[in-house]
Amino acid sequence: MNARLPVNILIGAALVAVVMFAALLSAIWTPYPYAGIDVANKFAAPSGAHWLGTDQLGRDLVSQLMAAAGNSMGVAVVAVGIGCSIGTALGLLAAAKGGWIEELIMRLSDLGFAFPALLFAIMLAAAFGPSLSMVVIAIAFINIPTFARVTRAAANQIWRREYVFAARAAGMSTFAISRDHILPNIAAPVIVQATIEFAVAILVEAALSYLGLGAQPPEPSWGRMLAEAQTLMYLAPQLAVWPGLCIVTAVLGFGLLGDGLRDISDPRLARRRPA
Amino acid sequence: MFTRFNTGAAALAAVALSGTLAAQTAWAENAVSIGFQQEPTTLDPTSDATAAIDGIVTHNVLESLTTVNEAGEVFPDLAESWTISDDGLTYVFTLRQGVKYHDGTDFDAEDVKFSYDRAMAEDSENPTKDIFKPIAAVEITGPHEITMKLNNKDAFFLFNIARGDASIVAPESVDANKTAPIGTGPYRFDGWTRGDRLTLVKNPDHRDADKVAMDKVTFRFISDPAAASAALLAGELDAFPGFPAPEMLPQFEADPRFVVVVGSTEGEVILAMNNAKPPFDNLQVRRAISHAIDRGAIIDGAMYGRATPIGSFYPPHGPAYVDLTGQYPHDVAKAREMFEAEGVSGSTMTLRVPPFPYAMRSAEIIQAQLAEAGIDAKVENVEWGFWLDEIYKKQNYDMTIIAHTSPNDMRNFARGKSYFYGFEDPEFTALWDSISTEADDAKRTSLLQDGQKYLAENAIHGFLFQLPQLGVYDARLQGYWSSSPVLFEPLSNLSWTQ
Repeated sequence: MNARLPVNILIGAALVAVVMFAALLSAIWTPYPYAGIDVANKFAAPSGAHWLGTDQLGRDLVSQLMAAAGNSMGVAVVAVGIGCSIGTALGLLAAAKGGWIEELIMRLSDLGFAFPALLFAIMLAAAFGPSLSMVVIAIAFINIPTFARVTRAAANQIWRREYVFAARAAGMSTFAISRDHILPNIAAPVIVQATIEFAVAILVEAALSYLGLGAQPPEPSWGRMLAEAQTLMYLAPQLAVWPGLCIVTAVLGFGLLGDGLRDISDPRLARRRPA
Repeated sequence: MFTRFNTGAAALAAVALSGTLAAQTAWAENAVSIGFQQEPTTLDPTSDATAAIDGIVTHNVLESLTTVNEAGEVFPDLAESWTISDDGLTYVFTLRQGVKYHDGTDFDAEDVKFSYDRAMAEDSENPTKDIFKPIAAVEITGPHEITMKLNNKDAFFLFNIARGDASIVAPESVDANKTAPIGTGPYRFDGWTRGDRLTLVKNPDHRDADKVAMDKVTFRFISDPAAASAALLAGELDAFPGFPAPEMLPQFEADPRFVVVVGSTEGEVILAMNNAKPPFDNLQVRRAISHAIDRGAIIDGAMYGRATPIGSFYPPHGPAYVDLTGQYPHDVAKAREMFEAEGVSGSTMTLRVPPFPYAMRSAEIIQAQLAEAGIDAKVENVEWGFWLDEIYKKQNYDMTIIAHTSPNDMRNFARGKSYFYGFEDPEFTALWDSISTEADDAKRTSLLQDGQKYLAENAIHGFLFQLPQLGVYDARLQGYWSSSPVLFEPLSNLSWTQ
């Protein structure tokens, strides 16, 4: 693996770094309070004071985009984190136990797959009221079967390795083998999957907030900013452009990064690549 | 017992604009297509409070004894003329003869008695029963004469009976009115595809049929402002009275195909406070909230400058209006001090907002303004059904934002603690009684001014602005109202210019 890193990883990582930096920075600093309303100064043009100008209520656009990045990343990290933890645990269990337990977990995963994410989120919002927490739960839920499948498929391969047989012969428990031998060896595909799921999570959060089912005012969200900009297309088209660009940047960044990571972690693809 | 509210709800689902439905050449066939943001729940204005029912059915399909013009003046309708006794308690109406319902049955005094008895009945579903309260008895004194005896003088009586709530219906057809209304009006109900459109066709047998230009009127229900705008630009709609998004108007103002009309409505938009619940039972807290509110910023930010501020509960275009907007000048420091003095500084209040753009946008600004004054207001956007149930009926709220679109609705403050304001003061109730029974215009005006001053002095609510009537019309269309003194608008004057 002395080859140069693929271009898609480099571009993806750079985009992700920008979004991550903005998100982390927004936790401690934004140029203005993101919800700071100054109606007299609405639709201000970009300037030294407001780098991208202000929105229809005079709120600083940069501050809102940064805070929205924080929200978006927060939702993605927590939701994918939960989905990944539960899904991976279930996948490991399925691979380790086999038999009816494996069957059950995999069939339940199929069931989970059959559920469209947006529909599930809309159902949750209808039942418990729209909020970012509901978005997190919805995204986490749809991530569980994905990770369960990826983990199980990878883990089943590792279970057939000689060192696992050896560990078993030495009397190691199934749990200990899963923890010490299987998990470290399946980390690569799980991380790749998590990166791709990040992109999906960001998109789902934006879509739900756009529909009014996610972030509630004044919580910042790219999707909500897009929705609010919709009727302002004639007066101030830039208000739709910036959050749109942010969504594209984040989704493209995680997408490229995930694809690139998969390329270098997949031995079949790696072998095909010229040295 | 129901106040009507502007329910210009912004539903989330965008209405699909099918290309095949477009390009109905309204121009050529003397038809007009009108966009409404709100779809009616039923089609019977005598049994449901939804404002869109009146907008379509009242005085177009169903008629009343009297009617009202754009200036709010009362004119004869199904009653040809009337006399009022000297004590103001007996009204004798002479009914129009030869009038027929759309199903061919005759209109007579029996129908009037039936309609009024039905509205006044103990188990009546009528949404505005209190306009019938002054009536002691409705008697048939001739085949075309009705005599009404009142318990007390009512200055608004002839105006009130013009409303859709007092529509004249026939006993034979009343049960079907919710889905296929049959009346005596200049238009007949033609069809209703729920979620999409409703059509009315001209009634050729109407007494004024030769003056009615439009043969067919189609109402399209489009709740999403962006979709409504697209439909107008595509020529699918000829008119959109009550356009919900003021920020989109410059686009139409710049387009010579359209005329943008900014008129007035009877809708006072208020930051309603639950006066029955601490800390809103405290006058100083309510006054502090009034000081914390900056109406200018709310109107600028939520309505794009297209609204008139109000300092009390009376429309600025009304004859008795007094400007009280200066009573509680915007003063953050003072508001903060007052909140601190009353021990509510730093406390959390909920602001439950119905799903109308004017309310949701105002809420965001008010939340920021209260935060500056040291109050943490939590905004909860709720569905219209939830609002009616939890806030209007159960009074389960701290603050809300709502437009009161009914005319003469200062009476709301005399409705007692069971009304959602949670407010009751015998002094005001007595004042309203004298307002509603005062026959002399000058005296009534002076009393109405006292009422406005009382409400402002006691800061019952945060009084924000008068809801404007924002309409977008095809430049060739004429004969529509720019202002809404009532909830209905006659279609019979609409026509195309040459």
